Parts: sequence; structure tokens; C-alpha cells
Amino acid sequence: MSALVEVKNLKKYFETPGGMLHAVDDVSFSIETGTTMGVVGESGCGKSTLGRVIIHLLDSTAGKIYFEGEDVTAVDSKKLHKLRENMKIIFQDPFSSLNPRMTVEQTIMEPLIVSGRYSKKEMEEETERLMTMVGIDERLRLSYPHELDGGRRQRVGIGRALALNPKFIVCDEPVSALDVSIQAQVLNLLQDLQKQLGLTYMFVTHDLSVVRHISNDICVMYLGQLVETSPSKELFKHPLHPYTKALISAVPTTDIHHRKERIILEGEIVSPINPKPGCRFAARCGYVSEKCHEPQQLEEVLPKHFVSCCRARELNRL
Amino acid sequence: MTSNNDAFLSVRDLIVEYTSEGRVIHAVNGVSFELERGKTLGLVGETGAGKTSTAKAIMRILPDPPAKIRSGEIVLDGQDLLKIDEKEMRKIRGRKVSMIFQDPMTALNPIMKIGEQISEVIKMHNDITWREANQQAAKMLEKVGIPSDRFNEYPHQFSGGMKQRVVIAIALACSPELLIADEPTTALDVTIQAQVLDMINKLKKDFNTSMIMISHNLGVVAEVCDDIAVIYAGEIIEYGGKEAIFDHPTHPYTLGLFGAVPHLYDDVDRLSPIPGLPPDPTNLPAGCHFSPRCPHGQELCRIEKKGLVEIQPGHFSRCTRFADQGR
Amino acid sequence: MLNATAPESSPPKIKKQGEFIVVARRLSKNPMAVISFFVTVFLVLIAIFAPLIAPYPYDKQDLMHTRAAPSAQHLFGTDELGRDVFSRVIWGSRFSLSIGILAVLLGTVVGLFLGAIAGYFGGLADDIIMRIMDVLQSIPGILLAITISVVLGPGFFNTLLALSIGGIAMGCRLTRASILNIRTQEYLEAATSINASTPRIIIRHVLPNSFSPLLVSSTMSIGNVIMAAAMLSFIGLGIQPPTPEWGSMIAGGRNLIRTSPWMVTFPGIFIMLTVLALNLFGDGLRDALDPKLKK
Repeated sequence: MSALVEVKNLKKYFETPGGMLHAVDDVSFSIETGTTMGVVGESGCGKSTLGRVIIHLLDSTAGKIYFEGEDVTAVDSKKLHKLRENMKIIFQDPFSSLNPRMTVEQTIMEPLIVSGRYSKKEMEEETERLMTMVGIDERLRLSYPHELDGGRRQRVGIGRALALNPKFIVCDEPVSALDVSIQAQVLNLLQDLQKQLGLTYMFVTHDLSVVRHISNDICVMYLGQLVETSPSKELFKHPLHPYTKALISAVPTTDIHHRKERIILEGEIVSPINPKPGCRFAARCGYVSEKCHEPQQLEEVLPKHFVSCCRARELNRL
Repeated sequence: MTSNNDAFLSVRDLIVEYTSEGRVIHAVNGVSFELERGKTLGLVGETGAGKTSTAKAIMRILPDPPAKIRSGEIVLDGQDLLKIDEKEMRKIRGRKVSMIFQDPMTALNPIMKIGEQISEVIKMHNDITWREANQQAAKMLEKVGIPSDRFNEYPHQFSGGMKQRVVIAIALACSPELLIADEPTTALDVTIQAQVLDMINKLKKDFNTSMIMISHNLGVVAEVCDDIAVIYAGEIIEYGGKEAIFDHPTHPYTLGLFGAVPHLYDDVDRLSPIPGLPPDPTNLPAGCHFSPRCPHGQELCRIEKKGLVEIQPGHFSRCTRFADQGR
Repeated sequence: MLNATAPESSPPKIKKQGEFIVVARRLSKNPMAVISFFVTVFLVLIAIFAPLIAPYPYDKQDLMHTRAAPSAQHLFGTDELGRDVFSRVIWGSRFSLSIGILAVLLGTVVGLFLGAIAGYFGGLADDIIMRIMDVLQSIPGILLAITISVVLGPGFFNTLLALSIGGIAMGCRLTRASILNIRTQEYLEAATSINASTPRIIIRHVLPNSFSPLLVSSTMSIGNVIMAAAMLSFIGLGIQPPTPEWGSMIAGGRNLIRTSPWMVTFPGIFIMLTVLALNLFGDGLRDALDPKLKK
């Protein structure tokens, strides 16, 4: 299996009145075909921006993006067209991701209409097929978004994303806004579709339990920086970066008989605007040293397990 | 449930309805529970289950119209809150009972200094000068981990987590005996949530506050609560101590909730979601409200309404099918 | 896999009707909206069939029966030149309504266009357009209309122009605000991600979701424009006699209000009725168009 999507030293900066906002700062990883890469972090870590840059909804500031081995960082509009058919996105908010004035059928059909390649009959049949595939009842064909619940709206969004048989889908917190029992339905659907269609996902979320369940590999981000990446189970067995450890320990557990040692982070989050060089977690880290204020390197500390921390080996006795 | 006269808060057969466009929404359908002093009760359920309506009914802040408390008793420290007038209730709100809402962004007045928002509440319930109120407010800020020299700053200068701390400071400023927290950490990042939950636990001990914690997050509930009530379609369908509910859940809905959530240290291939959707509150199913979605539903379930049965001392459930089994 | 053949672009008609029917159904549940709708329709019908309804031509003078009280021959009496007030009020509806609707239409369309550019593209275009609107809005509407009327002179088309300019700023701001509001909506990003072209995004996604505040405010400003037209006529600008505009009729009769009140009362009642009906209908329309309000 080779990497379907790869990013190298990807950067995305925004100009703001207060200065340059480093939303995504020097991120590198690759995603194997047919797998799910979980990208986890808290608000402001840049994970959503990262997803949008990869599928070209936003322009990158620096770095490279590869799709199927080809450099697609800067593409002309014809190539962009083709690329967009292969890379899709599912959004977090089931309320704002659907046009309130378009029916279920119109929303799912639109990508087919825009492609200009299908007859009316073909589009109607394909829309029906997609609706069945994502589990939307035929009788809801002419319904409007406000008539549907969050779970069904998300299914419409998924149907729309699948319309032209994409290879890669960025799932931007697709279940965060849903009720617990509906979350499970949608997560199962995404897993089934992946098996059925051989899809590759980049699954962005702040929920560690969800990311562990659905990902093959995980990237942990903090304020635009990639701090750790490894296969999913390995990350939870041996978290190496102090932030990852704090993050995992912060998740409230339903295991009431094993009170775990909670790492409580002190201090405030630094601003991503005109940040100082070095690790951005340093201000809250219990193990900060002089070297932490220099730019950190992503190193393979354990097999397939990369960390961006100068003290990683030392703190984990490796 | 047997009546416990030591209970600090006793809610009995609470019924809340909303009328909209001629239809009646049965939001709360006969909810009963008790809370002892210094203990924390978790109210667990999904959107529309009736948790917030119950909480607002206790605070008597339900908008009337369209909401109406049809019947029931809410006895706080021996006084039935549903039988007193608004003037009396105003003395109790903020002082004896306090509420924290879900969204810290909208709970604070954006054009008022945060310190003053705390002192305002203190001054309202105590016959003291503004200067004294401000001093107490500054102390409250320190208690929630905010340096008191930030007294004169405005909400927009604070992050989400800090705003929520200010909200908590306002709620605890008059040392209420009962605190109702409606999803207080849902809008916060995980690491901030950990800080805030930790702080709530410490403050609870310091003030010996009783608390009702509303959440859909089983983990949060496990961290903070002593007893748990699982609510579905406006009814409590299972109720008991933390160990009872987490170790021996018996109601199919509770079991469904546990099965539908991915756990950090449990590996499953596929989640087991609860099929279907929550019922339409204007048209609740006959018999057991959960029966249409229940994988173990039988004919009788659709006809007969089950009451809460005490399957173990202190552990009540509306479904006895799995009464003998563990998780 | 699908075979590529000739594509079709427009969705079947059934869906368009669907939305219209939903709005119509909602409107029908609101008694005020229904009443005001029928009153408006009634007034429009009067305007259209004026030649058939009015018993006399509006400029026919009868100097033998000036300032006559309402009677069987003259339902609303006659004015100072013996003209039938009833006929003049009926004909007046044609002029007042058409000036109201046309001025608002003109102002709205221009405003919509400018607002769409300012809102969607932002940047320099937005700055320039909004500064022009600032200037336009800094002058009170009626003063602006008066000034332009003075410059252009009285008459139907000049008055139309004068009254429409005031509406441009409002249309522009409303459209722009709507667009800024939905710019953060993810379905616009979704449309980009599925390769929709910018014109398609604007026509299919942006405009349909931003025109409803505009529709509501336009409906309600028709009333304002009719009032403004009446005011202009009242002060000697706008539409002048013998053209029967309600405002100029009131102007003509104001000195005779104690002796011949019918000359002022009837046109006044019709102005009031029209403005009230349009405003109430606009209210109902706003409630009916907002799907979230009802949910």
C-alpha cells in the first residue's frame, strides 16, 4: 500500500490586524490508501484548517501536498476540477452545511449536475443509489434540511460527498454536534462505507475516544504544530509527548474503579499570532527546558512513532 | 420511591408541558428524585429528554407561555417551591439555588466588567455596601483560579474556560446550598474541562454544596456525581448510585447508551448504536416510551406502562428484564 | 458506472412549487396576513380596473356642483373644481400603487446588485460601495426625495426616480448583511468543494438565502414610498393635479377641511388602508419565510 495523501512541511498563515496567525505550522505526515488518519487536538490547534488546505478549499502558504504520488500543491483550474472530484469534505455542523432552500435530492444531485457528464435520468438513479447507500429513506427525497434531524442531515452531507466516487474524504468533526446514540450510527456508517468503497479518511476531531475507535493512525496537534504521530493503539499505549499525555489523562473516564492520575495543565494558551519560535506547548509544560524554545524536530523515537519534543527520549526513558 | 425526610431536595411527579401551535409537547412526564445535602446527582440523557426543562422548573425560570408546570412538588429544605410567589422565589434564586448554563459565551453580560457581575449578585442578596460586595467578589475570583487583578476586565478578554470559571464564581458567590449545572463543560476543550471539573469538585467540598449535574457525557458524570438518574422522553427510566448504574445497568436504554459510546480503553469493532430516533414529544408512544427502539421489546411493553421498580436497595429501573445481569 | 451523455441543468418544476406552497400554507394560517393580503389584492384590482369602476373621468370638471357633499351621484362628493372625488380616489390608486411598487422595485434591484457585489467579493468593491451608501443614507429619505424632485421637477417619472434612490441604500445594506451572514455557512464551502462555479454559487446558494429579508422590507417600504409620494405632492412637488394622486388631493383640500372634509378624508383613508395592509402583509411574509421561526 502506498500513501494516497502526503503533506510535507505544510504551512498556512493568515494575515490579521494583530499580526500573522500561524494556523498550521510545518506539518508533515502521510495517509495510506484505505486507512483513516485521525487528527486530534483542541480548539485553535489548526486541524480544521489543515483539512481545508489539503483539499484546496484554502490555499497553502508553504510546503507540499501530494495526491497519489503527484505534487498537487499548486494546480491550474482544470487540474483543480479533477482533484476536487477525488477529494471531498464532510462538515461538522449539520445545520449550516446544507443549503436550507434545497431538498435532499437537490443537494446530493448538485455535484452530478456541476460535473456536466450525466443525463437527467442517470442523475436521478445515481441520487437514489446514494441515498440508499447512506441510509436515507426514499420518502425523504423532497424534504428540506429543517425537516430532518441532525443525524439525517449528516447523512445527506455524506451522500453529497460520495457523489462522484471520491478517493479521499476529510471528515471535519462529523459527529461532534450529534446526540450520542446518533453519533454511533453515523460512525458505523462511515466505517461501512470505507470498507465498501475503499475510501481513505482524514478524521478530524477533539474527541479522543472517537478518534481511537475509528483511526488507524493518529496525529496530535497543538496550536498549529504537529507534536506526535503514531499508529492509533500505540499512541494510547505509549503516549510520548507531554501534551499527548495530558490530553489523554484529561478525558473523563467511565471506569469508576480505576481513578487515574490526572495531569492538570496550568497556565494559559499562548497566542498563535506572531508566535515565538520553539514548542508552543512550552508555556504549559511541566518539563520545559531551555532547548524547548528552539524549533523542534519531528523524530522517529519508536518504530513508526514520531514525536516533536527535545526531551521525549529522556522523559520516557528510551 | 420511599419518601426520605432528610432529603434536601425532593422532586415529586413533576410534569412540564409546552404548548406551541395548538400542540402539546410533553417535556417532563412525572419525574421524581431526591438529593441529600452535599451530594451530587447526575441527570443523564440526550437532547429533548427533559433534563433542562426539569432544571429550569426547579429554578422556576421556565418561560410561561409556552411552558407550564402542570403538577408536581419541588420541596427544597422543607419548602415547596411551586407554591410560593415570585417575590419569595426571587429571594431564593441566586442565593439558595443557583444555575450554571451551558454556553459561557452568552451567559455573561458583554458590556459589564466581570468582577462587577459577581458583586452584583452578592449585593442583591446581602445588605452590604458596594465596596464590601466588590471585596467578596475579588475573593471569589481567586477561589476559581482567576487573579483578582483581572476584576475590571470584560468577558471578551477571557478565553472560554476562564469565562466558564467566572460563570461558576457568579453561581457560587452567595454560597448557594443547591447548584444546578447544565452541561457546564460541553463547550470547553478537554484539558480545560478537566480543570473546570477539578475546580467544581474542590468547591463543592469547600462549600458543602448539593449539586445537580446535567450531562450527556457519561465520563463527566462518573467524575463528579454520587447518584445518577437516566432520563428518557421526560421520565427517569433508571436511578441509583454511581456504582449501581455503571457496574449493573439494567434498562435497555442505559445499556444502549453505554454500548453506543466509544471508550478510551475498550476496543470494539463496531459501535452498537440505539436504532431509530428519540420519540416525538407531542406524540409519545403508548406503554413504555422506549419500546419502539428497544431490541428486547415485547408486546406487553407497548401496552403496559412500567413504574420504577427497586431492583436492588437504592437502585430503581423501569425495566426488570435484565435485573439479574451485570454489564 | 454512469455513461456521459448530454446534461440537463434545471431541476424539474415540482420542487420550486414545493417551497412556494409551503410558504403559502404558512401565510394562510396567519389571519392578519390573510386579511391584509386580500385588502392588497382588492386595492390592486381597483387600480387595474379603475377605468371600469370610476363613474366619471378623473379630470371632468362640473363647475355647477363644486364642493358638493357625498350623495348618490357623487359617492365621495366633489372637489373645488366639481370633479368626482370617488373617481379620483379610484384612479389615484393606480398612480399611488404603481409609483410605490415601481420605485421600490427599482431601488431594490439596484440595491440587490450592489449589495451582492459588496457582500460576496468584499475588499475594495465593498469599501467603495458602502461609502457611497453611507453618503446616500446620511441624508434623510424624504429630504433626498425632495432635493431630487426639485432638481428634476414634478411629474410621474421624475418622482419615481427621486423615490427609488432612497431605497437603493436599504436594499444594498440588507443584501450585503444577508450575504455576510451566510458567508460563514458551510454550505457555501461545500458548494466550492463540489466544483460549483462562482456564478452558480451566487445564484443558487447565496441569493435565494439572502433575499427574504429584502423581500419583507421591500413590501413594507412600498407603504413608505406611497406616503413619501403623497408628501411630495402635498408640498407641490411629485405628481401634480389634475393627475389624481392621493397626496395632492389632500393638499388641494386642506384649506377646505372644515367645510368639505370629504375631499381630504377619503384619500386619507385610502392611503392609510394601503400602507397598513402592505405593512401587515410584510410582517406575515417575514414570519412565513423564516423556516426556523416556526420550528
